[in-house]
This record gives sequence, C-alpha cells and structure tokens, in this order.
Amino acid sequence: MKKTHNQKAWFMVLPVLILVAFSAIIPLMTVVNYSVQDTFGNNEFFWVGLEWFEEILHSERMHDALIRQTIFTSIILAIEIPLGIYVALHMPKNKGFWSSLCLVLVALPLLIPWNVVGTIWQVFGRIDIGLLGHTLDQLGITYNYTQDSTAAWFTIIIMDVWHWTSLVVLLCYAGLQSIPDAYYQAAKIDQASRWDVFRHIELPKMKGVLLIAILLRFMDSFMIYTEPFVVTGGGPGNATTFLSIDLVKMAIGQFDLGPAAAFSLIYFLGILLVSWVFYTIMVNSDKEDAQ
Amino acid sequence: MAKITLANLAHSYSENPTSPNDFALKTLNHVWEDGAAYALLGPSGCGKSTLLNIISGLLSPSQGKVLFDEEDVTHANTSTRNIAQVFQFPVVYDTMTVKENLAFPLKNRKLSASYIDSRVTDVANMIGMQDVLNKKASGLTADAKQKISLGRGIVREDVNAILFDEPLTVIDPQMKWELRTQLKALHQQLGHTMIYVTHDQTEALTFADKVVVMSEGEVVQIGTPTELFERPAHTFVGYFIGSPGMNVLPAQIIGNKAIISDRDIQLPATYPKLQGKTEIGIRPEYIELSDDPTGLAITIHRVEDVGHYKIVRASHDTQGQSIDIDVIVKEGIKITDEMNFVVFDKSKINVYADKWIQDGDDQA
Repeated sequence: MKKTHNQKAWFMVLPVLILVAFSAIIPLMTVVNYSVQDTFGNNEFFWVGLEWFEEILHSERMHDALIRQTIFTSIILAIEIPLGIYVALHMPKNKGFWSSLCLVLVALPLLIPWNVVGTIWQVFGRIDIGLLGHTLDQLGITYNYTQDSTAAWFTIIIMDVWHWTSLVVLLCYAGLQSIPDAYYQAAKIDQASRWDVFRHIELPKMKGVLLIAILLRFMDSFMIYTEPFVVTGGGPGNATTFLSIDLVKMAIGQFDLGPAAAFSLIYFLGILLVSWVFYTIMVNSDKEDAQ
Repeated sequence: MAKITLANLAHSYSENPTSPNDFALKTLNHVWEDGAAYALLGPSGCGKSTLLNIISGLLSPSQGKVLFDEEDVTHANTSTRNIAQVFQFPVVYDTMTVKENLAFPLKNRKLSASYIDSRVTDVANMIGMQDVLNKKASGLTADAKQKISLGRGIVREDVNAILFDEPLTVIDPQMKWELRTQLKALHQQLGHTMIYVTHDQTEALTFADKVVVMSEGEVVQIGTPTELFERPAHTFVGYFIGSPGMNVLPAQIIGNKAIISDRDIQLPATYPKLQGKTEIGIRPEYIELSDDPTGLAITIHRVEDVGHYKIVRASHDTQGQSIDIDVIVKEGIKITDEMNFVVFDKSKINVYADKWIQDGDDQA
C-alpha cells in the first residue's frame, strides 16, 4: 500500500499552538529573557548569565519575604483545613432547604472579587469607622493594623480565613456526601464513638478532597497578593510583605526587571515543585487504595 | 438471642399518611422465632428494607411495637438492641487491618484483650480469612470485604439477631454460592436468629427455614420453601417464586370443577360458591403437553431449551382473550406437532378468589 505523506494536519493544531504561544510561552520566555540580562535603559540589554539568580538566592530581602510567606501559609492552612472540616461535618446532611441555604451562605465569600474582599476588611478594621476596629478600640484593646505588625498579621489572617475556609468546607462537604449511609449505620451497630466514626470513616473518605483542598490553599496562599496589598500594602514596614508583594515592589516600584524576573522564575519553580510533590503523594495514595 | 415480636407494626415515610398507599409497610403482626433462619423475599420497593431497618432500630416505626423477648425496644437505639447487620455493600473500615476490623465491635464493648484475640481468630477461621488477618482491609476484593462485614456481624456471640440486607448483591456469581453455603453453615453452627432480605428467590429458598414473602408493603405469605411452591397463598407468590412462575388462569369454579372455555377441569376439592374474580393456579412443572383432544387447547409460541428441561411458552384463546400458559417439559420427551393440548395434574391445582387462595372440601 502506498502511503501518502501529508503534513496538512499540522495546520489543524496551529490555532492552538498560536494561542498557547501568546498566552503562556512568549510571556514566560520574556521573563526568562529579562532574568539573564541587564539594561541601562535605551532598550540596550547585555548578558549577565546567572548573576541575578545568585543575587536573589543570597538576598536577605528575599529570605525574609520567604520566611514571612511560609509562616503565613502554614498558619492559614493550620486554621482553614481543620475549621473547614469542622464546619463541613456540622452542615445539614440531607438535601433540602437548610442544606441549600448553608451551601449558599458558605459559598458567598468565594464569589466576592479579591480586591473587594481587601477593601471590606480594610474598612472593617479601621479604628475610626470600621466595625471591628472601632469595637476593639472601644473595648480598650490596642488594635491598629497600619502601625502594629501583630494587628496587621491578625487582620490578614482573619481575612484569608473568612475568604477561603469556604472552599475547604465545600470540598469536604462533597466528600462527606459520597459516604453511603450504611457506613454510619454499621458504625452505630458496632458502637463506634463519634471520634471513631470521624477517624475511620469520614476522614479516610475525605482524604482525596482534603489533599486537593490543601494543594489549592497552599498554592493560592503562597501566591497571595491582592488582599494584603489592599489592606496593608505590605506594611507596617515590611511586616506583611509576602513574596508576591515583594516581587511587584521590585519589578514595578524599583523597576529592577532583571532581579525581578529571576525572582519570578525561582518563585514559579518553587510552587511547581511543591505542587508536584503533592500530586505525587495524591497519586500514590490512590494507588494504595486501589490495591 | 431472643424471640422478636412485631406487634401491629406499620411505617410511613410521609408525616401525615392518609391513604394506605402512603405506608411503606402496612400493618403487620409477626413473631420471629429464636434461632430460626428467615428470608424476607420480595421485589424492590416492597418494604422489606424498611422492615429490616425497623428491627435493627435504624428507623422508628410510625405505629406498633417491636419486642425482643418481652422487652419493648421500639424506640431503643441500634446499639442497645444488640443486633448485627450486614449491608448490601461491604462496609469495612479502610484504615484498619482485617483483624482490627473484626475486633472493632468487641473492642468498643470493652471486652478483654485475650477474649477478643481468641474470638477474632475463631471468626477468621469460620469465614476463611485467617491468612489475611494482618492485611489492610482497603486492598481486598469486594467479596473478601463482604466476608469481613459478615465476620463483624458474627463476631459478637450474644447478639439477639443477625440481619442481612441483600448481602450478596455485589458478589460474583461463583462466590455467591460459596458465601451462601457458608452462611447456612454458620447458622447451623451459631444458632442465631437470622433474617435475610433478598429479592432473589434462589437465595431465599436455599438459605431460609421460613420465607416471608412481601409485596407492596404487605406480608403475603410466610412459609417453608415447599409451602410457597406447592400452595402459594396469593397469586403474587405464585408467579414471584418459580421460574417460570405459576400459571394463573381465569376460570369459573363450580363445585369440584373449574370451567375454562366450556372445558371442565377436575379440581382436587369441592369449593363453595366463591366471591370475586376466580382463578386457578398451576405450576408449569405440573402441566403436561398432550395430543389428547379432551385437554385444554393451546397454541405453542416458543420453546426454550434450558438444558435438562424445556420451557414451552404457549397460550389458550378464549372469548377473544389470550391467556398465557407456560409448560415445563422434561428432558427426553419429544414435542410433536399434534401436541396442541395441555393436561393438568389435578392434585396440584390451587383455587384463588380475588388473588387469595381458597380452601375447598377435600373429597378424599
């Protein structure tokens, strides 16, 4: 049989290639391009190799931002995951008016644009007019997120918990819904305690969605920018300057494009690495279950 | 172990039941004898799972009482009733090993470690899982998991009853046989009261001493497998049990004769004048194909060869109506073109009025 060599099929994938190139590859390559060059203006660039990367990796500023970022992410994961599970366990199980109402209420924070969330909390925490700030102030508690770094951290953490615990709740709720009634009935017959039911039935069945929840919350919180930027702008001082805020300061505030590009790439690879580790854990635990 | 009495029991899932149709379970009085093996048989949605859940305490009945021996447990919760239940789908604790799974109900009842250990070993031997005791339960096959559920059901020696809710639904056919035999053996060994819910007649008839047949929320007959086969109390039992089911033919009953299109059929007894729609029921096993023109004329539509016998699908036409008649023809009997009649085994004919069986005067 004679085989006809016809390369026309390539044209079919061309639109996708162009789309991906413009949306992902070209912007990314621009960043890579900046990260290995320096410029003195006038659109003149010259090659500096990996100097920016070395500088960033050894810069104290980056280290501090990374430490703050890690602490922030750890705290919000430590609060949101258990809290999300707790709330999901106490939502009405049967389909009906109350469970629908709960779902809508829970999902509400997720529907609010991020900078609006920031603005809400910015106003909410103000001592002069904010409900939270003014109340605390009247109670004699020193609370001023623009000057006190503890108060700033407190505000941002509470804001993130308010904004994102819902996601964990919804995922866990979906996980819980998939558990057949027979499991609970069997547990009753076996005289299992409430803790046993959670430990041996609910938690194992939620494992999959929980890993996804942790992964999503890790990625999102590690990249957090808008809300703290609106509320504190990274302050007071550098107290709430997380990686993204620092990066934007460097790139747009100081116009240090080279270091900022190197920073971006390290940042990107870091998140990719952690996500990959998570993904591997997830796939492996699935395999274990299947065996 | 205990005798379980259901007194005047009924259940409705709607809050204000008005018509009888609102009841998933219609008024029922029944005593489950201590130590017997019962099967609760009926099509899907006939209320058998509802009944089971009321006995196990997962559901509170809308009316009536449940007694264990003489104690009223109608509103007692599941754990205090001391019953065991095996569900349709295997329920195992994935986080635990097989051993821990079997020990779990005992551990929660704070029994001594040495007793738990020996009891778990015994049960593992009974269900043939002694070799995988230390394996994680999550990695096992569906039938192995169901064996664990079963094991957790029988691990407590003092249970009042063991309830099975279609436990073999997800099991492969070959394994079904094995597990069913094992169940039967376990019953003989343990002597617990066992109630086995199923919609599969083979399962019910092989497992149980007594079969309780349900239809539309009502118990229509309670009897041994033989009774259900020979004397179905209701035409529903007749065609639900047996494969193919009993033939039900509308007939006029006069004395000891049934009349179907001018043809007299001798009955085993003499009946008084019956009210309502009268029918006769006869199993395909007790009908013979014949070339004798005194029999009932039929038209054969189809012959299904199922190995050691043939099922003949035929019909009798009367007054513009066609009545289906199934006949089972034993191996070795040739079906000829002249065989256009059927003859009934007189002693095996049952008479029904408005679907319920009627007693006649036995002449013999």
